[in-house]
Amino acid sequence: MVAISINGKIYQTNADPRTPLLWVLRDDIGLTGTKYGCGVAQCGACTVHIDGVANRSCQVPLNSVGRRKVTTVEGLAEGGTLTKVQEAWLANDVPQCGYCQSGMIMAAAALLKTTPKPTDEEIDAAMTNICRCGTYQQVRAAIHDAAKG
Amino acid sequence: MTTTATLNRRSFLASSAAIAGGFSLGFGVPFSRAEAQTGVPEINAWVVIHPDDKVVIRIARSEMGQGTLTGLAQLVAEELECDWAKVTTEYPTPGQNLARNRVWGNFSTGGSQGIRQSNLYVRQGGATAREMLIQAAAKDWNVPAAECSAANSVITHKGTGKTTTYGKVAAAAAKIEPPKDVKLKDPKDWKIAGKGVKRLDTRDKLTGAQIYGIDLKLPNMLTATIKDSPVQGGKLKSFDAAKVEKMPGVKKVVAVDGKGVAVIATSYWQARTALAALPVEWDDGPGGKINNDDITAMLAEGLTAQNAFVGNTAGDAKAAIAGAPKKIEATYSYPYQNHATMEPMNCTALWTADKCEAWGPTQNGEAALAAAAEASGHPVAKCDFHKTLLGGGFGRRGRSDYVRQAVLIAKEMPGTPIKLVWSREEDMTHCAFHPVMQCKLTAGLDASGKVSGLHVRLSGQSILASLAPQNMQNGMDPVVFQGFNNGGTESAYGYNIDNLLVDHAMRNPHVLAGFWRGVNTNQNAIFMECFMDEMAHASGQDPLEFRRKMLKPRHLRVLNAAVEKAGWGKQPAGVYQGLAQIMGYGSYVAAVAEVSVSDQGQLKIHRIVAATDCGHAVNPAQIERQIAGSFVYGLSAALYGECTVKDGAIEQTNFDTYNVMRMDEMPKVEAVIVPSGDFWGGVGEPTIAVAAPAVLNAIFAATGKRIRTLPVMNHDLRKA
Repeated sequence: MVAISINGKIYQTNADPRTPLLWVLRDDIGLTGTKYGCGVAQCGACTVHIDGVANRSCQVPLNSVGRRKVTTVEGLAEGGTLTKVQEAWLANDVPQCGYCQSGMIMAAAALLKTTPKPTDEEIDAAMTNICRCGTYQQVRAAIHDAAKG
Repeated sequence: MTTTATLNRRSFLASSAAIAGGFSLGFGVPFSRAEAQTGVPEINAWVVIHPDDKVVIRIARSEMGQGTLTGLAQLVAEELECDWAKVTTEYPTPGQNLARNRVWGNFSTGGSQGIRQSNLYVRQGGATAREMLIQAAAKDWNVPAAECSAANSVITHKGTGKTTTYGKVAAAAAKIEPPKDVKLKDPKDWKIAGKGVKRLDTRDKLTGAQIYGIDLKLPNMLTATIKDSPVQGGKLKSFDAAKVEKMPGVKKVVAVDGKGVAVIATSYWQARTALAALPVEWDDGPGGKINNDDITAMLAEGLTAQNAFVGNTAGDAKAAIAGAPKKIEATYSYPYQNHATMEPMNCTALWTADKCEAWGPTQNGEAALAAAAEASGHPVAKCDFHKTLLGGGFGRRGRSDYVRQAVLIAKEMPGTPIKLVWSREEDMTHCAFHPVMQCKLTAGLDASGKVSGLHVRLSGQSILASLAPQNMQNGMDPVVFQGFNNGGTESAYGYNIDNLLVDHAMRNPHVLAGFWRGVNTNQNAIFMECFMDEMAHASGQDPLEFRRKMLKPRHLRVLNAAVEKAGWGKQPAGVYQGLAQIMGYGSYVAAVAEVSVSDQGQLKIHRIVAATDCGHAVNPAQIERQIAGSFVYGLSAALYGECTVKDGAIEQTNFDTYNVMRMDEMPKVEAVIVPSGDFWGGVGEPTIAVAAPAVLNAIFAATGKRIRTLPVMNHDLRKA
């Protein structure tokens, strides 16, 4: 049994300690908002926060998490109230298929924490997530909107 | 706040009401005309209205990001005269469609068809329901229906001023005989359609609540993952299940279809870990000897072969070219490409001795049902397929190979639902790839620089030969000529050329070819529009003026809209422009690209202006997004997209070797929507075709280098 803190709750899991956090979240905890896209930290669909920092959870073994606090996309909107980033995403009608958007939102939220008013260049550097539908233009607009808010 | 919860993954049941509903409802209980999935009476196949005025609009086509769910709902709601704020949507299942004589029509979602091919009957569905609701109110009030009108889900009687809501009369309306001939609105009067309303399916995508196929949970479900023969046409020779059977979570190791092997386990990671450790031997078959150079040579031979299928001919191209004072020639080449949807292929199936159900992302619900039924060994009436939202489609999910696999695997454990999830590596190496094609173009130009003859020889792969040989015409694949037609409603190159020959030497390597967003317009627009640029430069003409002299009116109108917005010739210093145009999927499109290339050969695409005449613009905001997205997809392909073959297998296995465009490379895309209002054109695909040629022509303007072999990443762009 390993204990892990996710979205403010402590969970016990029997998963093999080498299991990537992504699959612990999806298959053991049942939080499927964090997506599998590539498994090699290329696409960013599995981005979560670990102690507030964006991490690609497909490359984070369960036994490396320790007592650090994991936040997934499900943990953003407390009591159903969307965060500024999510509101900006809604206002800009960002998602198309939406599959990459959990990771995009988590990456954007982490960026805005360290860089409250990011420039386009800072957005480019931080947002390396892949979107095959091509929502990049709306993602950028939404980040700027969230920064204004 | 910190609380403690002990996990038991089996306690997690299906979290989506729609999925739970589908599961508990089972099949063989298709809802009758009067009984909706929810128990609330339907007005007709398209419309259900709840007592609280909630409107449920049924959508037959698949939503994969393109916005068809919202667009089709707008068209129904427009005629229904309902309150848009109260609209939700649901998918009928393909089994229900079959049981009701295909009342929802075609489920297939490809070829940018969603709105252009179903707009008439979905609008009629909305209008019919509106008339039934009005009649029910009129009957209740004992007044003529003609004196009543509806707006915003409220029915009003003109004489008395009485009002009622749709929710109050819905049950009575459901019993009224549907009117035969309903009049549809003039699009000029649209209030919901034609407007850039927000998508209906956004909120859950922002919170993690949205369930995709890969997120499905059913009681007692297990997860499987698969390795299929790495070489198309190969077979499974042997595997040593004993080596992995005792690994954690592993339930069973099964052969699939004689050409694949799957591990079924409690969780994905356990299945994947065991599959990676499983010793497997393959019989690659003849394809195993094929390398990329063999395919390149096979196609090159076709460029000068005697025999070719003629797709389009006018006058005598060969004679005109032979007699022309100036002759130019160029050969282009287009590689295999993977769709690389963000959500890898997956499907969940439950098989028992007398029935089979499957759940998953598909662009073609009815084909998925047929594949599930065939694999299950049960009659179709004993099977059903439940569509989930797609994490991308792009043509990949028009095929049902993964559905067949899931059902075959589930058959190995009757009564246990099994979710098959492909690894990204499996996904990258197993699809029906964008076909390979080479093209030799030969033109004669007269003394005034006019094209006197053009011969376009295509040599390469046929998608129909791979996927639908029954649709070929005496051995010819007409789809190969997409974009090289003179006119019609589907695709056209748009120029007046008196002497033209477009022919195709079919060369089919063993790698499967398939439909890929934009399909054959992608390479054909590159061939034609880059060669137009070559002809313009060879005869010392401006590429825009050269085209204007030859273009047909609708094509010219859209090209003009694009160049006006872009400011042709007015680009900043150091920035170079290129343009392209075509008609595809019913819509006339054109683009201007602005690029710069540094001394080190670094390409930057600054700006794209893309114009479309899609006839009717049902949701301009979504059209803008589809246009921008089509450039991301098309330029990812042009810059990086290449799947190569070694020992018969695809070499690229993940995004580290199959790169795609990211945010830092995203140009500013400006959409110019110029709907002429007298036809219905597609939106998802048309503009992808002009993405690559506009940029390639701009690269030539910047560097003097003509890139004729894709992708761009293989070329040194430093100025010659």
